Amino acid sequence: MAGHVDGNALAGVLSELFSFDVTLARARCASCGDVSVFAKALVYGSEHGRVLRCCQCDDVLMVVVARPDGMRLQLRGMSWLDVGL
Amino acid sequence: MAETRPETPSGSLIMLDVPGWGGNLAGQHVDVRLTAPDGYQAARSYSVASSGGGNRIELGVDKLPKGEVSPYLVDELRVGDELEVRGPLGGWFVWHPEQTEPVQLIGGGSGIVPLMAMIRAHTAAESTAPFRLLYSVRRPEDAFFRQELAQPTPDLAVTWLFTRQTSPGWPRSAGRIGEADLRAAAFPPGVSPTVFVCGPTGFVETVASALVELGHDPQGVKTERFGGT
Repeated sequence: MAGHVDGNALAGVLSELFSFDVTLARARCASCGDVSVFAKALVYGSEHGRVLRCCQCDDVLMVVVARPDGMRLQLRGMSWLDVGL
Repeated sequence: MAETRPETPSGSLIMLDVPGWGGNLAGQHVDVRLTAPDGYQAARSYSVASSGGGNRIELGVDKLPKGEVSPYLVDELRVGDELEVRGPLGGWFVWHPEQTEPVQLIGGGSGIVPLMAMIRAHTAAESTAPFRLLYSVRRPEDAFFRQELAQPTPDLAVTWLFTRQTSPGWPRSAGRIGEADLRAAAFPPGVSPTVFVCGPTGFVETVASALVELGHDPQGVKTERFGGT
């Protein structure tokens, strides 16, 4: 599918939630165990709802949904997130 | 908005004065948000072609036929209009002047914009890191920064690829980028370059796969996808 982008595109929206640059954080995929920076993940959807997928196995790492009263994050697809401070 | 300059048949360079900007790294982007009178909002990411300090930033925007934001930015925005801008964003797809290894830039269409920031930062820092650029556009007139890239720049080699129509007498016939182009004009894997690839998603994924096929270390290949076709 050609419509997707990548984790770089989430830098802005996730800066509302996290005080660090999420695109540089390293996530471990709960499905295949790959560890990659967030920037490399594939991002599907629109600004109303985005699905972040592992760059190796394509399984879901994270879901971000914009809601009238804020944002909802689903993080089940990551076993951890490594943040360099 | 301080100034706008049509650059291609469908794209413009847009200069914004952003109070308190404080500078950005070469390769970063901003999110631009528009709010309609009825409150409807749309936000899109645009790469910054400028780098370094100061409060003026330069965006390169290509108008997407069905876009919600780009047609407004290219056709409607007037000097003095105000926009909501968030940034600078993204610390991964960036080049730091401290880097000394060879750098291969590969851009498709408006994907040149963050790469141009790197070229300008390289010049501003008087870096001697060898830079090469492969720039793929449909036709010569579709190129952003055509004149600037035509100027000889120390430690920068530019190779043009045209996918639909070439200049008269151009040695390479029109066609999409492939392994042969990378083999002919890009740094080989042996010199361990850092490679930055930016453009439409299909372009980026074709190039990234070809680079790995040619033996480049995937860890040395950084990509940024603009979406679209």
